[in-house]
Amino acid sequence: MKLHRVSAIVLRQLYLYKRSLPRFMEILYWPLLDLVLWGFISVYLARYQEGLPNFVAFFLGALILWDILFRSQLGISVSFLEDVWARNFLNLFVSPLKPSEYILALMLVSTFKIALAGTLMALLAWAFYSFNIFLIGMSLIPFVLNLVAMGWSIGILTTALILRFGQQAEVLAWGIAILFQPVSAVFYPVSVLPPFLRALARGVPSSYVFEGMREVITNGGLPVRELLWATGLNLVYLAVGFAVFYRIFRTVRKKGLLARIGE
Amino acid sequence: MTTESIPSHNAHNERGLRASSGPAVELRNLTKVFNGFKAVDDASFEVMPGEILGLLGPNGAGKTTIIHMLLGLTTPTAGAIRMFGLDLTAHREKILGRVNFSSSYVSMPFSLTVAECLKVFARLYDVRKPGPRIDELLATFGMSEVKHKPVRHLSTGQQSRLNLAKAFINDPKILLLDEPTASLDPDIADKTRALLVQVAEKKNTSILYTSHNMQEMEKISARVVFMHKGRVIATGRPSEVARKFEGLDLEDAFLKVIRGERT
Repeated sequence: MKLHRVSAIVLRQLYLYKRSLPRFMEILYWPLLDLVLWGFISVYLARYQEGLPNFVAFFLGALILWDILFRSQLGISVSFLEDVWARNFLNLFVSPLKPSEYILALMLVSTFKIALAGTLMALLAWAFYSFNIFLIGMSLIPFVLNLVAMGWSIGILTTALILRFGQQAEVLAWGIAILFQPVSAVFYPVSVLPPFLRALARGVPSSYVFEGMREVITNGGLPVRELLWATGLNLVYLAVGFAVFYRIFRTVRKKGLLARIGE
Repeated sequence: MTTESIPSHNAHNERGLRASSGPAVELRNLTKVFNGFKAVDDASFEVMPGEILGLLGPNGAGKTTIIHMLLGLTTPTAGAIRMFGLDLTAHREKILGRVNFSSSYVSMPFSLTVAECLKVFARLYDVRKPGPRIDELLATFGMSEVKHKPVRHLSTGQQSRLNLAKAFINDPKILLLDEPTASLDPDIADKTRALLVQVAEKKNTSILYTSHNMQEMEKISARVVFMHKGRVIATGRPSEVARKFEGLDLEDAFLKVIRGERT
């Protein structure tokens, strides 16, 4: 692992944001739109459904945390697509760059995007709705780390699939994380799901994070059990993501597809 | 375009690489099969230090597949590749640090400026003091005035020259060029050929290149390897290869072979 090669890929990605308003929009536009829309819906529901507790906190907390997962995944897969679209992938991999260095660089770019979008969403939620995401307390840090890890594992898997199946699979970059949303219990508890989806949700790390978040908002404290489950599952997800990526990378080199990415 | 100064700026330099009089590139019984189709069939040849070797053959002859295998983008089905006396599979990182590649058909990141692209690749190849090196290469390839222009605003010829500048960024000891002069005007193409000859002579750089321009092949190649249907059908000086197929020159021999008059 050579840091100069990792930093070269990070630099290449960050240069893209230097003079590209649309790329900044990609990071900020959708989170802001979601925040405004869901924020006012939450305020409205809270006003007329006073029996239900902490509506605004539930929805806005969930929204901000879900966006962290989504941005973390996009940070990997869209950054990879930037090289595919630019037909630059070949230039990178004829250098001594290793796949692990490339993935690490994309993880760092993803962290940059999350920091940007997350900070802005937290500030606006506080300014518009007086919602302070930090009321989740110390649990916020392991929650965020778990969501970022899950986003990375989905991003790595998506990248592997695009490598293998080419640009026809690029729709996965935007769609695959959404597949996990219904069983992530983002806006509702796992208990409302039908039994078979409940079973599926037990295998999804984010469901423990969102259940944990609701527990913190309702009762306070640190939801240790949920955090342990989420962390354990994420370790499995990341291991599977990397294993699939390396296997596909080998297959792609064998089939000569690496040189044809972007064609 | 000047050809005066191509000094060494690469941090690796000769470290760990053999400085010998043996072949810089050595292919032994190289075969690549894609889904039952033999793209390269038992190809063997070598490129000596400081030699310019032309790889010629009609479309589909296997030239690009060979270059992709030499760059580690595609894994051979059988056979061995040695560069600087080292096995490519076992020493990929060390070898590729002193190799570079340029093709008229590969793009650079089009949202980045010329200087930004070269900075990224300088970092990727661990080039110390990249600023002076980049200025030098831009002057060499007549690109100084477009240094801060985004790649998307360059003409096709300028993009090819940027690719060539990138190929020289790490002061390579082996250069693999896939139709490097295909989209250059005659003046720049001529200067590029002169540069290649000078680099091979002064810096002992081995150059393997493909081209459909037979006059170009005759002018700058010490030897040529003629490929047809995945097999090496002749190796030798351009005049020897032309004679072998009873051609008046290389182009005549080429036409006779691909039209089935000679095999």
